[in-house]
Amino acid sequence: MTAKKNDVATEHSASIIVARDLSVHFPIGGGLFQRRQMLKAVEGVNIAIPKGSFFGLVGESGSGKTTLGRALLKANPITRGEVTYHDGEVDYDLGTLPKDKLREYRTRAQLIFQDPYAALSPRMTVRDIIAEPLEVMNLTQSREETDERVRDIAGKCRLNLEHLRRFPHAFSGGQRQRISIARALVSNPRFVVADESVAALDVSIQADILNLLKALQQELGLTYLFISHDLSVVAHICDHVAVMYLGRLVESAPTRELFQRPRHPYTKALLSAIPSLDPDRRNTAQKLTGEIPSPTNPPPGCKFHTRCPHAVSRCREEEPELEFAGTSHEVSCHRWKELDV
Amino acid sequence: MALLSVNNLTLQFDTDEGRLTAVEDVSFEIHAGEVLGLVGESGSGKSVTAKSIMKLNPDNAVYDPASSIQLTLDDQSIDVLSLKKGRDLRVVRGGAVSMIFQEPMASFAPAITIGAQMVEQLVLHKGMTEREATTVSIEMLERVGISDASKRFAQYAFELSGGMRQRAMIAMALSTRPKLLIADEPTTALDVTIQAQVIDLMKDLIAEFQMGILFITHDLGVIAQTADRVAVMYLGKVVEQGSVRGVIKRPAHPYTRGLINALPRIDDLDAPLTPVAGDIPSPLERPSGCVFHTRCPVMQPACRDTVPAMTSHGVEARTVSVIGSDLDTGNSDSGKNAGQKPGQVMGQDTGQDTGIGTGPDADQGIGEGDTTAPGIDHTAACFVTARAVSQASKVEVS
Repeated sequence: MTAKKNDVATEHSASIIVARDLSVHFPIGGGLFQRRQMLKAVEGVNIAIPKGSFFGLVGESGSGKTTLGRALLKANPITRGEVTYHDGEVDYDLGTLPKDKLREYRTRAQLIFQDPYAALSPRMTVRDIIAEPLEVMNLTQSREETDERVRDIAGKCRLNLEHLRRFPHAFSGGQRQRISIARALVSNPRFVVADESVAALDVSIQADILNLLKALQQELGLTYLFISHDLSVVAHICDHVAVMYLGRLVESAPTRELFQRPRHPYTKALLSAIPSLDPDRRNTAQKLTGEIPSPTNPPPGCKFHTRCPHAVSRCREEEPELEFAGTSHEVSCHRWKELDV
Repeated sequence: MALLSVNNLTLQFDTDEGRLTAVEDVSFEIHAGEVLGLVGESGSGKSVTAKSIMKLNPDNAVYDPASSIQLTLDDQSIDVLSLKKGRDLRVVRGGAVSMIFQEPMASFAPAITIGAQMVEQLVLHKGMTEREATTVSIEMLERVGISDASKRFAQYAFELSGGMRQRAMIAMALSTRPKLLIADEPTTALDVTIQAQVIDLMKDLIAEFQMGILFITHDLGVIAQTADRVAVMYLGKVVEQGSVRGVIKRPAHPYTRGLINALPRIDDLDAPLTPVAGDIPSPLERPSGCVFHTRCPVMQPACRDTVPAMTSHGVEARTVSVIGSDLDTGNSDSGKNAGQKPGQVMGQDTGQDTGIGTGPDADQGIGEGDTTAPGIDHTAACFVTARAVSQASKVEVS
């Protein structure tokens, strides 16, 4: 265990965000006659996001991806464990961050939302929407400076500067998403959580936004946590992918490795569930039966055993730990070695 | 005789901002036992087209007099657009035609049990007694793979998970034994693993019930896995239509090609993601001529004013000699862009291979002289590719 910790520590020296044993629980119920229950949205997650990476986080709805992403931004309370942020200029421990430092953390870590229709206020002009973070966080001294920064980031996000005076309703989904990216980037963050940022877009526009995110990463030196349920999108844009299931990390590996040699049965099932574009190859692959269990009442042992075709009695009793299956390839499955053959 | 035949469907909406054209001159057929996929981006008119079949569009919808929707049942032919009274419309609203929607939570009444909703429609449409309807409903719930069906029958929609609600929706739609099923994005709200289950289930049910299906989705992968034929819509027009293999493997319309190139492909991680340039125009500013010309990479001057007709590609392309006289308008300046050598033309503009699939026909390269490959025929509405086909076939004749 100590040896593993050291491994992790060396790897973490180049990480912008490191979470150790991170758990986020939400209380639910608890009325007059009801017992209060805990919903364990994220449980015991260890994750290190290398600086400058495009880090993917995938899983089905209810797997805890969004909660994890928000916890790393301290937008959710952290129940247990620690999260540290380190960008070469500042070091923060999110668990003990005082209020004034939290405000500064907000300039360095930002969030891009899923739905560009819901995320933009219809009563504000595009200029005001993009400028709002600067004003709220007092990052500029004068209106001229604010305008300057708004124009700068709008240009980088390939927005037409003449559109800054318009209201969001005049724009299509793709343009709106560019506005919401510009708003997230205007405070000059180092770390950006993109939560399903292309899920609401049409495919022809989706490719455009993905290319923009990639270009901005290189231009501005960003690190992304890219949350998505769409594995084919993740495969194309991310360099490392972590897979979540029911609040746990089940596998984490460099993208190519994960897609060529998935080790966890859940990852394998996810990959084979993607409908093939080839009409002559109608899916014959393994299909998962059943659905993701409720996080208020998770099964004992390995959380995946209720749907796993390879589950044995050990899986039902003992929860597997994340272990290395190769360089920076981690998997949490009792049987990955025997199943790998 | 086709089960459903939609001809020249043109539909406009009267709005405060003027008349919006939502669907323009759309024609397609669905035969019994056949799945027609309707693909397109949001705003392309897919759902409006589907709702026309049940006359479910709001009151400000104006159907063009030339439009016709014919539903052919065993012994009678029904002109759907002429139906007026609610009683007459029952045949297309739950009688011979059923519809399943994207969001099952929004489709079930929240305060009525799943069972009561299933029974109600059976009593109404099939004249069953409540007891018979209950038996049929529970059998149907079992058939779609819902465990503990009699317990679920008595539950409310919110008590079921997303995948189970969609199964219940399918059970409800199929319990009346419709001849035609309209499925509007039935798997879009589901996770991939559940989507795979629902697709499998639908394929089984299609085989068992032998109904015709109109399958609406924006996901070409789902279409490739379920449909026999596919129609691609853009801004209210069908721009390409034909067998699923032809359209996906050798798309002829630049829009279809653009859609496929924009898709992230899991089998080729190095392929660049190529977006379709520009944004979809607002329906208030519908482009003249070819609706796609504002975003088209192979646009010609003629595309701006002349509406292209559907022309044949794939197998039948060989038999088409002269395609439309409108072509001559743009022919003089077409040489440069469309390419001169017929061989090249085929590679560039018509039936460009998308590299999907490694089957024998993909290797042979359909369209390069292979007239025997089955099931790749399709039509597309584009001058540039049509011209390339006509040139190629002329050369072959000489």
